[in-house]
Parts: sequence; C-alpha cells; structure tokens
Amino acid sequence: MSLSFLILALLTLGGAVAAMTLHRLVHCVLALTVALAGLAGLYLNLGAQFVGLAQILVYVGAVAILIVFAVLLTRGAEIASQMDSSRQGRFSALAGGVATAAAVFAVLAWVVLHSPTLSAPAATMTQVAPQAAMQQIGDALMRRYVLPLEVMGLMLTAALIGAVILALEEKPEAQ
Amino acid sequence: MVPVSYYLVLAAILFSIGVAAFLVKRNIISIFMSIELMLNAVNLTFVAFAHQWHQVSGQIFVFFVMVVAAAEAAVGLAIIIAIFRTRNTLNVDQVDLMKL
Repeated sequence: MSLSFLILALLTLGGAVAAMTLHRLVHCVLALTVALAGLAGLYLNLGAQFVGLAQILVYVGAVAILIVFAVLLTRGAEIASQMDSSRQGRFSALAGGVATAAAVFAVLAWVVLHSPTLSAPAATMTQVAPQAAMQQIGDALMRRYVLPLEVMGLMLTAALIGAVILALEEKPEAQ
Repeated sequence: MVPVSYYLVLAAILFSIGVAAFLVKRNIISIFMSIELMLNAVNLTFVAFAHQWHQVSGQIFVFFVMVVAAAEAAVGLAIIIAIFRTRNTLNVDQVDLMKL
C-alpha cells in the first residue's frame, strides 16, 4: 500500500467522521471540506486529473462556501433544535441509524470482497498518459456525450434561476 | 500500486458514514452535508473503476454527477433558507406539514 493513499484515506475518513459527529455546524462544514479535498487528492492519485481539479474547484471552492453561507444565514436555529428532542428518542434514532449504516456497509464490503471481476487481473491495456486522457475526455464530451452535456448546461441554468427565485425575499403585495 | 478494492472499501465506508448521519441527524444542513458525502463516495468508486479499466467514461460520469450535485446544492440551500425564513427552525421533525 502506497504511503500517499494511506495519508489521503486517513485525511478523508477523519474529515468525514468529524463532519458527521461535531456539534457546531461551521466546524462540520470545515471538516467536510477537508474530506472533499482528501477525495480530490485520491482522484489525482488515481490519475484522474480532470476530475480531481474539478472536485477542488466545484466542491472545495464553491459548494463549501455555499454551505457556510447557508449556515451563517440561518443563525439561531442551532440552539433551538438541540433542546427539544428527548434523550430516549435520540438514543433509538442513533442505534437505528448506525445499524442501518452497518448493514449497508456489510453488503457493500461483501460485494467488493467476493466480486469475481475484481479479483481478476487488471486490464492489460497500457496506462494512458494524463494529457492523452485529457484529450480523450474532451473528445468524448464533445462527440459522444454532447447531448448530455447540453442538457446539463440547461439544467444548471434552470437550477440557478430557480435557486434565486426560491431564496428571494417575499415582499408583501402592494395593493 | 494500490489495489482497486481498497478504494472501493474506502468509498463504502464513506457512504456508510453518510447513511448513518443522514438517518441520525435532525438538522437539515447536516442532512444535506451527508448527502454530499454519499455522492462523493459514489464518485470515488467511479474514478477507481475508470482507473482500473482505463476508460474515460467513468470520469465523464463523475463530471455529470458533480454538475447535478452543484445544481442540487444551489436549489437545496435556497430551499433551506426559505424554510428557515418561514418557520424559524432547521429541525426536520418540525417541518412535517406533509406528514399524516
């Protein structure tokens, strides 16, 4: 096992666990950012430069800032939401959630460890150079996947307009 | 050379952490963050498989997932702010108008 994988995996796991267990929301967002940056490192480790850099731009750059903004715009809700849930209900919810997650992990791990395609030797094709891979991605996006790409652009535009309309302050109707 | 199954197990752990937090947390922003974590765990499996079989289709799919996740983040956070403005709470137990 290479050292870089070990470090990045520990960083990602630590960030994810911290993001899901810390109490203050701002700390959770920062820990999640660490996990997302670790994932970007893992992508780079796997030779996926395009996806790794897009991960840094989109997630570490944009989504993390967006969540921080949402947290800061909704101050005052944190304290109220921690008070009302009873201790008994909390514990049963915790047990149920962790049990479900453990079952999901057991199924996924069983599939990974028993899959015949995974234990087969890796494909014999030669490793593609990063630049060639980048060119292949561009080619595929512009030729084979050009329709999905256009649909994505349309959807993103619609989503951004919708987000602005949703978050607009509703003014009382001028009669 | 790290075998691809290590990446898959790591992604499975990340996904399970996301599932647990999604079910346990009651704050809507925490739930939103656990969804992001699950999406990223799936992306990691895509990239790992794309690496193993030297295909770029996996990376392109990850790109599409990222775009959809970005749109989801924009709309989701707008909805969260709208909920907070009308109800003054982020606790999902108190946002139960459509519950029987």
